Amino acid sequence: MSATGINWFKYSSPQALYPLAGRMIPWFAAVAVGLVAVGLYVGFFVAPTDVTQGDAYRIIFVHVPAAWMSMFLYVIMAIWAGIGLGLNARPSFMMAQAIAPTGAMFTFLALFTGSMWGKPTWGAWWVWDARLTSELILLFQYIGIILLRSSIDDLRRADRASAVLALVGVINVPIIYFSVRWWNTLHQGASVTITAAPTMAGSMVTAMLIMMVGFWMYSFAVTLARMRCVIVERERQPSWGKPASIPDVAEAR
Amino acid sequence: MSQPSLSEALRGVVRRDLLLAMRHRSDVAMSVFFVVIVASLFPLGVGPEPAVLRTIASGVLWVTALLACLLSLGRLFTADYLDGVLEQTLLIPQPLAVLVVGKVFSHWVISGLPVVLLSPLLGLQFGLGGDSLGVLTLSLLLGTPTLSMIGAIGAALTLGLRGSGLLVALLVLPLFIPVLIFGAGAVSNSLAGIGSEASLSLLGACFLLSLAFAPWATAVALRIALE
Repeated sequence: MSATGINWFKYSSPQALYPLAGRMIPWFAAVAVGLVAVGLYVGFFVAPTDVTQGDAYRIIFVHVPAAWMSMFLYVIMAIWAGIGLGLNARPSFMMAQAIAPTGAMFTFLALFTGSMWGKPTWGAWWVWDARLTSELILLFQYIGIILLRSSIDDLRRADRASAVLALVGVINVPIIYFSVRWWNTLHQGASVTITAAPTMAGSMVTAMLIMMVGFWMYSFAVTLARMRCVIVERERQPSWGKPASIPDVAEAR
Repeated sequence: MSQPSLSEALRGVVRRDLLLAMRHRSDVAMSVFFVVIVASLFPLGVGPEPAVLRTIASGVLWVTALLACLLSLGRLFTADYLDGVLEQTLLIPQPLAVLVVGKVFSHWVISGLPVVLLSPLLGLQFGLGGDSLGVLTLSLLLGTPTLSMIGAIGAALTLGLRGSGLLVALLVLPLFIPVLIFGAGAVSNSLAGIGSEASLSLLGACFLLSLAFAPWATAVALRIALE
């Protein structure tokens, strides 16, 4: 019980989170669609053409935010996994489970858009450079975590084992982030950093940031939707609220 | 009855595992012959041009060592898990992570060390000579313990699961990649005459990092598996 009178831990219970998530999903989804639309418009029509790369560079408005999200989501998943292990909290494991597929999707999207950008710019779909390799390892890690969870029947063990694997894999995230600085790679260094002024046109940065916020909102919406599925799946016969009927499951998906 | 000290417990674990391995000598021989046979397949498949063989040598031998480690991971905890020894091990008052170090060490002596000792011979098969042979052996000596350390986490996580052999490969191989890159990089750098110190230092760093964290993670994973 905090001094403000709001019990923040209320929503750590699945039965309180389930309806809250249901109410929040449409908002997050709508904001995500709006922001991505604006971001793509600014990226494709407002931002100037790059001097050296021509119009091919415009894929970065998807590529860079997707790559950021792939790392963010991994860290967030690992934090939830760590909280779950430390406090023995079931909903945190469910959160980690709900985040993993979205993270894997963004990792794949980053690799895919990267190779679409690499073909016209570097002349190759794929090069074995440090940034690309470590991002590929991240994709393997997401897949490994999802596979490990699905191959353990005992839910408690599945939660905890995949949490350990997620925490072990965190070591890769700083490697991805610093790979362009530590190794002399083909992949260019960071164009946008918090500490220094960006090295690109203002409208480009704006488009990228709008896209990133849009991706965040998308991740919230999808993760919460998946969270609802996980809750329904795990509490086959919930004693609270309405029973998990088939239309409800379909709606949650 | 006085409690055995930490080093006594550690020595006991290592002694027991090595003794068991000595009683099943064919297990050890199998991983050695696996490495020899797989390494011999490449010259037959790729063709015997010395220049080609020399360039692929480091990668092939490292991948072979990696696979040998992976295939022997099943032996690390499974037998103990099946006959109940592992549950007893968890009850030992000494910290489990230290006992895990003992088990991993004996696993390395059984599966990694033979590969290291054999590597100069296999290197000769691929036309490596002089300096790069030494670098190959040194890189394997630094790298294979790391492989066993990381592999132990995967082996503990998948303990007793159906299809655990394939699953452990999927979990562990991505984590092996940095070791593979630095290990094979050391040899190819020495072949190119750039000097292999940087890669060897990074291999050493990987080893220390895994020595610090992997036994702890393995201990947690073992407790989860046996809950």
